[in-house]
Amino acid sequence: MAKIVIKDLCKQYVTNKANIEAVRHASLTVDDGEVVVIIGPSGSGKSTLLRSINKLEIPTSGHIYIDDVDVTASGTDIRKIREEVGMVFQSFNLFPHLTVLDNITLSPIKVKKVPKAEAESLGLELLQRVGLKDKAQAYPLELSGGQQQRVAIARALAMQPKAMLFDEPTSALDPEMIKEVLDVMLDLAKSGMTMLLVTHEMGFARAAADKVVFMDHGEIIESGKPEDLFTHPQSERTKSFLDHIL
Amino acid sequence: MKNKSKSVEPKKPQVSIQMTDGVLIPRKDNNHVLNAWRITFFGALLVLALLVLLKPDPYRDILLVCIKGAPVTFEASILAMVFTVIIGVITGLGSVSKHRWINMISGVYVELIRGIPLLVQIIFIYYAMGRFFKIQGMIAAVTALSICFGAYMGEIVRGGIQSIPKGQMEAAIALGMSRTQAFRYVILPQTAKVILPAIGNEFISMVKDSSLVSTIALSDILRKGREYISRTFLSLETMLVVALIYLIITLVLSRLVGMLEERLHQNG
Repeated sequence: MAKIVIKDLCKQYVTNKANIEAVRHASLTVDDGEVVVIIGPSGSGKSTLLRSINKLEIPTSGHIYIDDVDVTASGTDIRKIREEVGMVFQSFNLFPHLTVLDNITLSPIKVKKVPKAEAESLGLELLQRVGLKDKAQAYPLELSGGQQQRVAIARALAMQPKAMLFDEPTSALDPEMIKEVLDVMLDLAKSGMTMLLVTHEMGFARAAADKVVFMDHGEIIESGKPEDLFTHPQSERTKSFLDHIL
Repeated sequence: MKNKSKSVEPKKPQVSIQMTDGVLIPRKDNNHVLNAWRITFFGALLVLALLVLLKPDPYRDILLVCIKGAPVTFEASILAMVFTVIIGVITGLGSVSKHRWINMISGVYVELIRGIPLLVQIIFIYYAMGRFFKIQGMIAAVTALSICFGAYMGEIVRGGIQSIPKGQMEAAIALGMSRTQAFRYVILPQTAKVILPAIGNEFISMVKDSSLVSTIALSDILRKGREYISRTFLSLETMLVVALIYLIITLVLSRLVGMLEERLHQNG
């Protein structure tokens, strides 16, 4: 498992209209086996921060260390990092031309050069774990949103990552499907996986998070244990955000 | 930053690639076009049959001569199509490449080819190649057609690649794949399905435009007709048959492409 350290991270977008500072001097530590939830209003830089960790976004300045390897350093093999850090997206992003099982085994076979039979047996094991073993031969579009997201989690796990990133994993789901995905995530959190999530599911944050981080306008406003942050927020901005959603 | 309230439907992108040149492809659910197709197709068949049966002299003769050009037309079109697809995939990948120079080269190639009439290009390539190599008509024709159509195909491939949602590439590289692997295993297989009807459409254009290569040494349908005219001076009669042969071939092909498209839609 892994420890993620973010130090003084900044990300600016330059559009022709304005200079947008998506993330401003954010620092955050996710200890080995910890579950950290980032909350905050839309456009507060949560996803950008998360996506900087496996360099889907290139930070403007600052450093990110995963087990003391500097992700942001130019010499770092980013593909190696991506193998070790699984990611789950809001829109699932399953490969529609491949069966569920092939979605899961593609990367282990092509990237890690795992023998096909071994990759498939691991794939089926993971599908069992997310409760979708009978859907191995189905195509993603034949599944419901919740099922697709569970496959996406299994696909990320198939690379046997040291840490998992979740970018609003339940935001695109109908309410009745959210629980099945959260159950899988809870199970994963209990198994000791290092997890960093952007989510609006406060129930999940209460139940599983070791730490909740509140972001607004690209800055980390405050962080703390869920019970402390939810019941006694220090900052006015946190308080007003929580008032709106709780 | 994604909006919380925005629900992203995991639907397959409904992509249709618009072609400026080419036929209306009739699909079953498009009654108007399908009926037009039926009228034209059976009309053409009927006219050709009546001409040959009722006035065998000279029409039977003309048909037998001109149809001998059909294998050449098909050979040139199919060969050129194979190379067109190869050039198109390379150009398409080039124009989405992150390398500035590769990007520029594909861009210039596409702009250059699109700006020059096909006939001018064919004649130019034929004479240019004739200056340096001794080549057969068929090789010249296939080379010229592939270079010309490759540019358009490149644009089709680029459009197809760009129609694949950005999340697919992100998911692939987040799983540790290189960009090359992501293209090979994730992006291109999906692109192929999207652009298959457009490739069919290009092939139909190819069959028609291959008649331009009769200006250089290739005995295709049009060339056979013109040779016949120079022997018999039956210009109007011959060109009528030539036109009907091309029409019937293209209509059959367009229906085949239409059926292919229907099947692709059914398979989701």
